[in-house]
Amino acid sequence: MPPPPVRSPSSLLLCHCRLPFHISPQTRLPLSHNSSVRRRFHCSAVSALSSDPQIAPTDLTTTPPSSHILSIRESLLSRRRTAADVAGEYLDRLRRTEPHIRSFLHVSETTMREAEEVDRLVASGKDLGPLAGVLVGVKDNICTAGMPSTGGSRILEGYRPPFDATAVRKLKEAGAIIIGKTNMDEFGMGSTTEGSGFQVTANPWDISRVPGGSSGGSASAVSAKQCVVSLGSDTGGSVRQPASFCGVVGLKPTYGRVSRFGLMAYASSLDVIGCFGASVIDSAIVLNVVSGHDRFDSTSSTHEVPDYASFLMSTDHFESTPLKGLKVGMIRETIGDGVDVGVISSIKAAALHLEELGATITEVSLPSFSLGLPAYYVLASSEASSNLSRYDGVRYGNRATVDELNSLYGDSRADGLGPEVKMRILMGTYALSAGYYDAYYKRAQQVRTLIRKSFKDALEKMDILVSPAVPSPAYKIGEKVNDPLAMYAGDIMTVNVNLAGLPALVVPCGFVEGGSAGLPVGLQMIGSSFSEEKLLRIGHIFEQTLPNYRFVPPLLFLELV
Amino acid sequence: MALIFHRGIIANSQFFSRSSGVLFRRLRASRSCTSARGEGTANTLKEELIQVAPKRALEPNTHGFEAIIGIETHVQLFTLTKAFCSCPYVYGSRPNTTICPVCMGHPGTLPVLNSKVVEFAVKLGLALNCGLSMTSKFDRKHYFYPDLPKGYQISQFDIPIATKGFIDVDLPVEFGGGHRRFGITRVHMEEDAGKLLHSETGSYSQVDLNRAGVPLLEIVSEPDMRSGIEAAEYAAEIQRLVRFLGISNGNMQEGSLRCDVNVSVRPIGQSKFGTKVEIKNMNSFSAMNRAIDYEISRQVLLHSQGQSDQIFQETRLWEEGAQKTFTMRKKEGLADYRYFPEPDLPEVVLTKEFVDKLCQGLPELPEAKRRRYEKMGLTMQDVLFLANDNHVAEFFDASLENGADPKLAANWIMGDISAFLKNERLSITEIKLTPFELSELIASIKNGTISGKIGKEILFELLAKGGTVQSLIEEKDLVQASLIFPVRKASEFIIIVDPAAIEALVDKVLAANPKQLEQYRAGKTRLQGFFAGQVMKESKGKANPLVLNQILGVKLKGES
Repeated sequence: MPPPPVRSPSSLLLCHCRLPFHISPQTRLPLSHNSSVRRRFHCSAVSALSSDPQIAPTDLTTTPPSSHILSIRESLLSRRRTAADVAGEYLDRLRRTEPHIRSFLHVSETTMREAEEVDRLVASGKDLGPLAGVLVGVKDNICTAGMPSTGGSRILEGYRPPFDATAVRKLKEAGAIIIGKTNMDEFGMGSTTEGSGFQVTANPWDISRVPGGSSGGSASAVSAKQCVVSLGSDTGGSVRQPASFCGVVGLKPTYGRVSRFGLMAYASSLDVIGCFGASVIDSAIVLNVVSGHDRFDSTSSTHEVPDYASFLMSTDHFESTPLKGLKVGMIRETIGDGVDVGVISSIKAAALHLEELGATITEVSLPSFSLGLPAYYVLASSEASSNLSRYDGVRYGNRATVDELNSLYGDSRADGLGPEVKMRILMGTYALSAGYYDAYYKRAQQVRTLIRKSFKDALEKMDILVSPAVPSPAYKIGEKVNDPLAMYAGDIMTVNVNLAGLPALVVPCGFVEGGSAGLPVGLQMIGSSFSEEKLLRIGHIFEQTLPNYRFVPPLLFLELV
Repeated sequence: MALIFHRGIIANSQFFSRSSGVLFRRLRASRSCTSARGEGTANTLKEELIQVAPKRALEPNTHGFEAIIGIETHVQLFTLTKAFCSCPYVYGSRPNTTICPVCMGHPGTLPVLNSKVVEFAVKLGLALNCGLSMTSKFDRKHYFYPDLPKGYQISQFDIPIATKGFIDVDLPVEFGGGHRRFGITRVHMEEDAGKLLHSETGSYSQVDLNRAGVPLLEIVSEPDMRSGIEAAEYAAEIQRLVRFLGISNGNMQEGSLRCDVNVSVRPIGQSKFGTKVEIKNMNSFSAMNRAIDYEISRQVLLHSQGQSDQIFQETRLWEEGAQKTFTMRKKEGLADYRYFPEPDLPEVVLTKEFVDKLCQGLPELPEAKRRRYEKMGLTMQDVLFLANDNHVAEFFDASLENGADPKLAANWIMGDISAFLKNERLSITEIKLTPFELSELIASIKNGTISGKIGKEILFELLAKGGTVQSLIEEKDLVQASLIFPVRKASEFIIIVDPAAIEALVDKVLAANPKQLEQYRAGKTRLQGFFAGQVMKESKGKANPLVLNQILGVKLKGES
């Protein structure tokens, strides 16, 4: 019989304080009193890491990722550290790493003041929100009152929204401190951040490579510990792909789980706000905070929000086969042609690890899988062409200086929008035009229905589906700039999930060759609608038991040394 | 937010296709355009008809041709808040004072449907005898214009909330009367756009987004109308409907009711429609009537001169000053609005219970009222007048409830009451006269308690000051007869108004008091009171004091 799940974040505290960079073993010793009885599962036959020892991290001690959120909370409650100390540490690191990776479009000037506010709260003995003192990076397409929010676009340069997105409001209410706005491909259109109207973010694992996108800034910021957790948005893989590239946990919730109010719409029927964390627990805690119905978003779900974090039990309570009976479907179409061999072997190793944990792995076929990519690009572009109509220079944002209406529209948009955005607006406008609607938009909707059904069928037989999050590891900056089709093809693993509206979790699972320390690979786990709880539990067990789990990028590793 | 556009914008604006002609409406308010049917007064109605009549006399011969007319009507709903956000809408507010990030189309904002809009749409759908779509959806209609914040209008495209209905109309007697039934193609929900305020010089325009996001119902008719008066009556009936239903004030001047009319002409017997022309900018029903008849004659003339190829598919504006239509823009092919389903809003699903409840709550509609009044034996003129305005109809019905004779009540309402309303610029809900007192008044006259003339006097007192018929009768008598007589109950009064009877009484009193008569004629005129008292005594207090004094005055002077 499995031990009961841990009920509250405070009881989780006992087991997740293993932050090497600020808690010494001595200080945490009393907390891990039962570490002697902790069982570890070693996959002797297969390592989830690359078989090439040259690129494996040098530190071979197994350090399962711990919750940064909970350790901050613990240190605040125990008065070992102040929120100002924590904020200072992160800001210092941000300042040192930012010139290399450029994750942020805007860094808040009030972080220290807000941290001191948290300290006053701690001193007063009042209840702390679940994210008290936690520094959160927010993707720039998510509105923040009093902070610029540009969606990575020049057309909104300097735009400050008059309101907070619902997700941001909830973060603030939970005590979080918004540390800044992270870089992204303009309006979410891109997979590298090269499409940002302002700057290109680099991957902390190899600064000559892209961090992925469109939420590249949010992923690299968490990877480089510039912030504790971050919000991203996922329309076709924009959280999961950069999570894979940067070696962090990325969660794309079910469509409607998190309010879209305040998220600059790219493709409204696909967009979701997701989150990044260094561990599954951190992602779960953030999801807890931002989930729920919102009266300002009619598409947000009234589905009950469980306490996602409470389902994550400590490794100390794991049975030898904690995933016993779990049926995992490996999507056949995602491990074949066109997928990097290193990625395939990492994913297969991860599957074996799941098997070690008691799950049964079966290959499943989703026949409509390959139709997802073209359907996605038709639907997303169509909706984008509509959603981006509002950026006309009339009410806010950049307006061209002209004296005639047509030029006002034309020049404002020509100057303010980047080439990728223009291309997608054109494609979408074309797809929605009279005479083409049936051949493109309507047909793509039919494909979407097929895809939804094929996922539903597969998830009736399987508990979860797994696949790579991306067919390749992070590529070089500039590598695919002139080959949009190759870049679009990189979304093959993720777009289907958006079309079906399902939740998916990406957990780092291994490395492939590249850079100085190898490049991370993420395992994508897909569940049925509103099964985040299950995905997080599986992801948590997976990461906590994965041997040699150490996804600290060289940039940070050097920092620490 | 006052946005300045520079020179050139106006000329250019004409190339933008739009769904409504609001933008081009003249902003100056002109009293002569007041929607007469809506005012609910007989005199304005007549004026309106008189204005129209000579126009019709000038109509060219349409022999051999028939006009096909279809109308798109936009009805602005008077919900407390806008269709998709919580902003209020108050006509005439200072520009950009009732706006929020949602109706300004700020990034990241989402629409949330106001449920009242659905309720009102269902009510109108039911009133127009339509079939309801139990599941309908919203779509986006795309075009660029500065008054359209999101670059698209949230509307309904292929699944409107109501379809395939009809509306019954009675044409005014002055136009030969007759009953008509016009088909309704569809009713759909959508949001209004803001307004551009063009500067006097035309060098810049300002955007007012107060109206952006205000809910509209668009009603599309079948092309069933054949003349200006039919079209005007159709629109007037829509106005009556929305007012009876309480979903809109239907005010054309404020733009709460806007009609775009499509007119084409074809030789009788031809099944193919002629080229249709859209007319906008009509601020009253009479303007609609005149604009359409003008347009018909223009097109007939071109047809009969063999120049039917000179009729273009275009939008023409009605110019009140010139009494003509002018080309506003020629359509270069069909506008492509790139409709697609609004992903930010879920489908609108109606339940049977919801619809049934609204159906049961519907008030009596104008057509039903007219038929009911007709059965009471009222003339069509009376019927059309009374059923035109729901407040008037309510007043009339309430007075009938108290037993008033329908014809008499109709006469009072259409005559003196409505004249008073017109003079005082009041609506029937603002006067102090209650339907109950009107019925009392009618009864008092009918049973002979008071004369019609006294009734009229009492009516004006009731209208201006209120009170009851009974107390006014008492009060009047007291003022004029209190010198001699103690107060009596009004029920004891049976006023003698017959001058011959009063004259006989006067003669009798004069004959009985020769001494006093001599004194009076010698100059002691204040003795008139004495004589009046005697006459009144003789009449047992029943002589009408006015008549009495008049006759007495003449007799005392010995002029007869």
